[in-house]
Amino acid sequence: MSKKLFLGAALGALLAVGASAPARADETYIPLISKGFQHQFWQAVKLGAEQAAKAANVKITFEGPETEAMVDKQIDMLSAALAKKPTAIGFAALDSQAAIPLLKKAQAAKIPVVAFDSGVDSDIPVTTCTTNNHAAAALAADKMAEAIGDAGEVGVVVHDQTSRTGIDRRDGFLQQMKAKHPKVTVVDVQYGQGDHLKSAEIAKAMLQAHPSLKGIFGANEGSVDGTVIGAKEMGKKIVIIGYDSGKEQKDSIRSGLMLGAITQNPIGIGKCSVDSALKALKGETLPKVVDTGFYWYDKSNIDDPKIAAVLYD
Amino acid sequence: MSEAATTQKSPAAPRLRALLAPAALQKLLAFASLVVLLVYFSIASPAFMQTDNMINILQATAVNGVLAIASTFVIITAGIDLSVGTLMTFCAVIAGVVLTFWGLPMWIGLIAALAAGALCGAVSGTLVAKAKIPPFIATLGMMLLLKGLSLVISHDKPIYFNDTPGFTSISQESLFGDFVPSLPIPNAAMILFIVAILASIVLNRTALGRYTFAIGSNEEAVRLSGVNVDRWKIAIYSLGGGICGLAGLLLASRINSAQPALGQGYELDAIAAVVIGGTSLSGGAGTILGTIIGAFIMSVLTNGLRIMSVAQEWQFAVTGIIIILAVYADMLRKKRA
Repeated sequence: MSKKLFLGAALGALLAVGASAPARADETYIPLISKGFQHQFWQAVKLGAEQAAKAANVKITFEGPETEAMVDKQIDMLSAALAKKPTAIGFAALDSQAAIPLLKKAQAAKIPVVAFDSGVDSDIPVTTCTTNNHAAAALAADKMAEAIGDAGEVGVVVHDQTSRTGIDRRDGFLQQMKAKHPKVTVVDVQYGQGDHLKSAEIAKAMLQAHPSLKGIFGANEGSVDGTVIGAKEMGKKIVIIGYDSGKEQKDSIRSGLMLGAITQNPIGIGKCSVDSALKALKGETLPKVVDTGFYWYDKSNIDDPKIAAVLYD
Repeated sequence: MSEAATTQKSPAAPRLRALLAPAALQKLLAFASLVVLLVYFSIASPAFMQTDNMINILQATAVNGVLAIASTFVIITAGIDLSVGTLMTFCAVIAGVVLTFWGLPMWIGLIAALAAGALCGAVSGTLVAKAKIPPFIATLGMMLLLKGLSLVISHDKPIYFNDTPGFTSISQESLFGDFVPSLPIPNAAMILFIVAILASIVLNRTALGRYTFAIGSNEEAVRLSGVNVDRWKIAIYSLGGGICGLAGLLLASRINSAQPALGQGYELDAIAAVVIGGTSLSGGAGTILGTIIGAFIMSVLTNGLRIMSVAQEWQFAVTGIIIILAVYADMLRKKRA
């Protein structure tokens, strides 16, 4: 009996932990359904959204599935968010089509939807706050070519084959190399789920297979951090170019293990999402896409206040 | 609980004792936990106990529930199937190839997905029964093999079902709602319930079911009594595989696409549902009803915590602790029985 009571009490106590008061009916509440939440990138988007929410005195929540493949889990999150009868919704779609029935439901309930990071195949979102990943990866290709003397072999480590960012960054890099740097050959493109360890193994295998490899482009935080680990373990000095930000990337750039990286503006994406939702609620018309920008950073400008503001740990 | 335990020891109440046999008691315990969660969330948030949100929960339970039923069969044999998640995806991709790449009629795609599931299940079963590879390893291998094949076959891209009208209605629409408009229970949930009833009949009323329990309790004894254990094991894994194929169809229909990278990790949700539902990982005991209740506990918990806007970090932690508590309660019960 006492053990049973203990179980019950433990359950009750657990559920009481962390539960916040439900949203009041008159409060402006904007849930943001993201593509993930563990990576520093998403934490920075969350931070930007929270800053904008605080400034406007509105309530937000931020959540996303464990991996960027879990399309159905994200749909569950979106439907739970709709059940809370929010004032507006921010949504970074894992799949450009899967959520359309739910977005139609939001539209019918007159809940404005702001897309962020990735768009959806629909005109329901009032706007999309995003980075031009294709152009950003092309800039990474230019920097890589410049660093290796515009000739030689390079490899690419990408986070995945199916997501919009994975595809755009890979293709942006490959197409720019082909079009503008014909003497640079991309000898291998591999996928490591953005996982540090898997990406490290991939980089090592690439270096093993292609001894004359001059550089590797890592298409997101985990991919490039893994690449740095792999090159270090192999004792090879190559040109590594990354994408996004994070403490390890910043340290690697400062120590010279990584040449530099493209950073998006995740805090700006978060702010843009909340601000656009508020504008839509006021009835303002918004542009179809808001380009939140991207920057090249390396040892020379990493501490520049303009760059430091969009980097995150 | 203490009353139950005393009654069990009393020889004067054999009927009551039968009712409170370990399996029945476990069902009560799991069911009671589910009710407690439902009541708690209803009090905690007015948005929880709304028809819309109950529909959300039904929809969210369907895929995991069906996968958990597939897992229940294998786990009762004292085996484990780690490939259920990626097998589900593989079957969805097969449906995508048949329907979208080849443009064949819908029923062929549905049969192909189920057949692919049963076939892969048969491969796992053969590896376990004939090649004597431990189930954990055999199905771990299958999990990765199928993940790779899904990506290869789909060319790393989601396959959409836009050219197959009616495909999305398998999961999304509500036949039930046509009769009871105020309660549009999604087809996916109705399919879950039908599969649960059929699976329960197979488990409790057929030779396959009897051998599932017998193999899990004492495989050697079954073998010594002249039963072809290998054949039955392959049949059980095939049945599990076929049910995973159905889960694949439900998932693909719900999101209107076969997502080749999805699936890994779903086997753990399925196993959690089975275990919360009182099926023992050491085999020989378990019920489909328990598994369904387990699957609902998982989805109600996830949905309820979201509705309460509990921070996501805490959602994982709470779910983990609930799983441990559920299994701990099960251990306490077994010690007393």
